[in-house]
Amino acid sequence: MSEILDLTAAQAAERIHAGDLTKGELWRFYRDRALADDLNAFTWVCEEDEPLAVDESGPLGGVPIGVKDLFATQGVPSQAGSKILEGYRPPYTATSVEKLIGAGAPVLAKTNQDEFAMGSSTENSAFGPTLNPWDRARVPGGSSGGSAAAVAAGTVPWAIGTDTGGSIRQPAALCGIVGLKPTYGAVSRYGMIAFASSLDQAGPFTRDTTDAALLLAAMAGRDHCDSTSLGLPEPVRAPRATDLSGIRLGVPEELTGEGIEAGVLAAFNQTLDLARELGATIETMHLPHSPHGLAAYYLIAPAECSSNLARYDGVRYGLRADGQDLLSMYTQTREQGFGAEVKRRVLIGTYALSSGYYDAYYGRAQKVRTLIADDFKKAWDDFDFVVTPTAPGVAFELGAKTADPLAMYLNDACTVPMSLAGIPAISIPNGLAPSPGGGGVRLPVGFQIAGPAFSENRILDAAHALEQAIGFDHKAALA
Amino acid sequence: MLSRDQVLHVARLARLELSDAEVERFSVELSKVLDHIEKISELGGLEGVEPTSHVVEVENALRPDEPRPSWPRDVVLEAAPDAAQGGFRVPSPGAG
Repeated sequence: MSEILDLTAAQAAERIHAGDLTKGELWRFYRDRALADDLNAFTWVCEEDEPLAVDESGPLGGVPIGVKDLFATQGVPSQAGSKILEGYRPPYTATSVEKLIGAGAPVLAKTNQDEFAMGSSTENSAFGPTLNPWDRARVPGGSSGGSAAAVAAGTVPWAIGTDTGGSIRQPAALCGIVGLKPTYGAVSRYGMIAFASSLDQAGPFTRDTTDAALLLAAMAGRDHCDSTSLGLPEPVRAPRATDLSGIRLGVPEELTGEGIEAGVLAAFNQTLDLARELGATIETMHLPHSPHGLAAYYLIAPAECSSNLARYDGVRYGLRADGQDLLSMYTQTREQGFGAEVKRRVLIGTYALSSGYYDAYYGRAQKVRTLIADDFKKAWDDFDFVVTPTAPGVAFELGAKTADPLAMYLNDACTVPMSLAGIPAISIPNGLAPSPGGGGVRLPVGFQIAGPAFSENRILDAAHALEQAIGFDHKAALA
Repeated sequence: MLSRDQVLHVARLARLELSDAEVERFSVELSKVLDHIEKISELGGLEGVEPTSHVVEVENALRPDEPRPSWPRDVVLEAAPDAAQGGFRVPSPGAG
């Protein structure tokens, strides 16, 4: 393995700051790797010999970044994985991406995703599925599967994605890397092609927690273009903790039992033992309303998406189909431009919001959401963090769940409650577990740490201490 | 169970043209999903619970009301599938 590939993004930035490596050398190294990608992780790769003019003295050191397709990037295809936006090049750049560029990270590539971030496998992309670098017959998770696969395979040093119900944490887990969903509002949503606006949140994909802190520090902040953005109350620091003394971890019975693969649960319990050795206390606890999280989520997210996706009508951008009159142009454009999963969710959402059903569905789901958030608030009286496996299983084979939407949705069971509550949560690599199908394949699993709103620094510290103790070896995927 | 007519009604509301095969497929698939979602109606004690609006309690998000330039018209029209005379051209709404 080459020496440059071995460097984390923070280490590469340090070399560049010290003058031992130039941003151009690093750029060409990763550009060549990204252009040679055979996982279909990218929807666009910049072929230039020199990076965009960025100031490498900034905190991100000129280290190039991969950006999920759905972030608007000026003059560069931004298609949200959809045929309806094929070839769309927006006139502006998302605030979060602007901030990363401003902090010294040039955009190297756009990464593949499930169409409009709807999916848990990246198989719903109009540009074909992304493959998992640990086993190419398997999915990388989703919806930000391209970002996760690219970071795991070392075709970009780091990347960003978005998480609506688990779309950062689940693919990070399935690809053996770090993924962080910040507190709702920590990062501006301006320029993120919207899926479910009350849940969508951008965050980093990295090889380790130090890189994640560096990216989050650069992305976060209040933005006058997003009235729901809040920023973070304190600057994000590099995590340094090496133990967990005095830390109280809560293990919710509802999210660590039924439906979790035996191998995933064994890895989870092993890490609880490690946490105990590092000084943490561990107690079983309850999040009584979390079993209703999935149902609430699959009402709220489709309802919001059915409204957000009304803008794709063939008038202002993207695909336009022929139609004899205005209405048939709309309906034909949407029929041809949207994939099956997007149509399913638009239909569910429209149904749930339609006359006579609003109170029974959307209104009820928003109340359940309040109860789920209250469960977490009560938990913080007794615990510093709630910990769970990130996903109920290891990466599954391509096509295994595409015929059964509900089976696909169950992938989000452990990540959806935090999204509904708007709280931050990280997934860190937690070793390998056997595939239940057998065959001797061992695949990455994730360990999820969730904390109260704005506890990013504390979460990163706890994750750092565990990361050091777990000592995950990610090199097998860095081909 | 969602009937064929219900799927077609919702598709009309969502401005989606569906093929016959899609109508069949979606009425089966969506019924399964709705069965799961229906579990939410089993939950009692929701009277008096406030629906979530913003997950982090915020009151107002105010900023100074300062004029800023809008996008130039030609830049915005560049992405349009059909632009004419400084606007978006669309097919006629029809005779109705």
